[in-house]
Amino acid sequence: MSINTRKLLVAAGVAAVAAGCATNPQGTHLDMRTAYNGAPLNFGTTPTAAELSKFFSYPPDGRGLPAGSGNWEQGKKVYEQKCQVCHGDKLQGVAGMGEALNGGRGTLVNNDPKKPPMKTVESYWPYATSVFDFIKRAMPFNAPGSLTDSEVYAATAYVLAQGNIIGKTEVLNAQTLPKVNMPNKDGFVPGDPRPDVK
Amino acid sequence: MKRQARFELDEKTLMLIDDMVDAERNYLAERARQAELEGHDPEPVRRISSRRHFLAAAATGLVGAGMLPKIVQAKAPPGAMERPVPADAAKVLGTPTGDDAGYGSRSQFESEVRWRFPTPTKESSWTMTPLDGSLGIITPSGLHFERHHGGIATIDPHKHFLYVHGMVERPRKYSMADLKRMPSISRTHMIECSGNGLTEWTKPTLKTAQGTHGLTSTSEWTGVPMSLIMQDVGVKPGAKWVIVEGADAAVMTRSLPLEKMYEDAFLAYGQNGEAIRPEQGYPLRMNTPGWEGNTSMKHIRRIEITDVPYQTREETSKYSDLMANGKARQFTFVMEAKSVITFPSGEMKLPGPGFYEVTGLAWSGRGKVTKVEVSANGGQTWAEAQLQDPVLPICHTRFRLPWYWDGKPAVLQSRSTDETGYLQPTIKQLTDVRGTNGPIASIYHLNGIQSWAVAANGSVTNVHQY
Repeated sequence: MSINTRKLLVAAGVAAVAAGCATNPQGTHLDMRTAYNGAPLNFGTTPTAAELSKFFSYPPDGRGLPAGSGNWEQGKKVYEQKCQVCHGDKLQGVAGMGEALNGGRGTLVNNDPKKPPMKTVESYWPYATSVFDFIKRAMPFNAPGSLTDSEVYAATAYVLAQGNIIGKTEVLNAQTLPKVNMPNKDGFVPGDPRPDVK
Repeated sequence: MKRQARFELDEKTLMLIDDMVDAERNYLAERARQAELEGHDPEPVRRISSRRHFLAAAATGLVGAGMLPKIVQAKAPPGAMERPVPADAAKVLGTPTGDDAGYGSRSQFESEVRWRFPTPTKESSWTMTPLDGSLGIITPSGLHFERHHGGIATIDPHKHFLYVHGMVERPRKYSMADLKRMPSISRTHMIECSGNGLTEWTKPTLKTAQGTHGLTSTSEWTGVPMSLIMQDVGVKPGAKWVIVEGADAAVMTRSLPLEKMYEDAFLAYGQNGEAIRPEQGYPLRMNTPGWEGNTSMKHIRRIEITDVPYQTREETSKYSDLMANGKARQFTFVMEAKSVITFPSGEMKLPGPGFYEVTGLAWSGRGKVTKVEVSANGGQTWAEAQLQDPVLPICHTRFRLPWYWDGKPAVLQSRSTDETGYLQPTIKQLTDVRGTNGPIASIYHLNGIQSWAVAANGSVTNVHQY
């Protein structure tokens, strides 16, 4: 491809974008599938496996969950050292600090403007993987990302066992965590039915 | 006014609301007290602010409980520099050019500030834009509302990278320089937190437009279309979602439908003509036009292309809408059409009958606002307001309507219609469908009509009227 042809292609790409702006003052939708038809820009670099390994996100099927494990007893130690100051000795929450983590079952069906529902891990969270993911990601609040994977499994096991979702001897790991049956697992309706008022 | 602590999640939220009510009351009392010191009406028609308010406050140490930032203790209001004020500015030379070291500041006589919602920690908190004093459609960057979940990250842009990986042909690691080399776009959009107005579901609670509607702001954003990024990495068949992740201490994640990335989402590094502010996600944030603010991930560092939503904490336990039947709506992204009269609005006082320009802001996450109607009799009759050109899609739209107030009690309302034909509903129409699951109902996505009552003495208050 000659340099001139390249310039032409670039110019054509720019023209396509500009043409897309005709129908609304801010430009139309930015669908580059049609506006651009060139090759990859080749900006940036290919991230190494080591670089990507520091990131994580765990969906409900548990893919990618790390090695390690923990149960209620191990979790109790983690909780008392790292969590209790904000979430309370009975996971009831502390005013002005952490949220309640258990209780609240049966409070979600409610149409009383004076009576708040109680949304906790026990009563509201639909997936155990979300609990693990969040603790590993952002807890403790003042030292996010400081727990080992086994400590996270253990803390998760403690919270779930205190909420009577799993037994105190059950071990949570990459295989067992996704199988935990959360009480409110069917409580979420994906998809947006709005507008409510037509 | 502290509620008995029961340590339940939503009790906690209620306590926060009590605190917010207290804080707003303190702020208003302090404002009135300072005005009294200066010998003018404690409830000005508009919030005309004075540097002397702050000097008086600093001198007496009586700044309202936690509402005003610490910098108030300095001589000038936040964002301003203290200058000597001559008796006649035409008779003495002014400040030397360049005395601001090359970056300007606002007048020392202007003191509008964001309020911080008095959450227990300052790292997980939010502030509200003073919409009642707003002019035009753009929110100054320093007054753009904030929501932080782990403090405001301080990030060196030279060490910040965006990783795009997962179900792609070519995983990439982009530097900020790489992103700025790419074809860019600018869009003027509002961003609204889906929790905007959560105090107002079942009764009028906060007093001012800043309190009831201050979690929406408009900026011009500049950056790179996500559709370009998607093409650059080569999305594999079967991909349907992207997971976006921030680089702050909350390391927040949300799952977003892939289609939004092709439709209009973009990565923003510019805000109102300069780099985006740290509070808005410096050096890079997602912008998902028209969707709840939480999806416009700040400090974005990673995008994982995948096949299913990951069900993160923020899209299950938060940002889901619990209905009366105990089921929660999930992935309700769009911010529906809404409006608020900013003048006259809560805690203002009209000096007497006569001419006023009723003005406010309207917006819709689904596109352009096509019509705004204003009522002065609580919704019995409506008059069409004038819209400020250009009307931009998914953007604050300024409306104005001349009004002659006869001095009798009135209830001012506005309602917007967007280009889909959707008409902003009353709060009751919404709760009739969604129910009221507790005092703050489904928490998110309240876009009902706001009512301001004007009393015979001219004072304006927040009321519910359907």
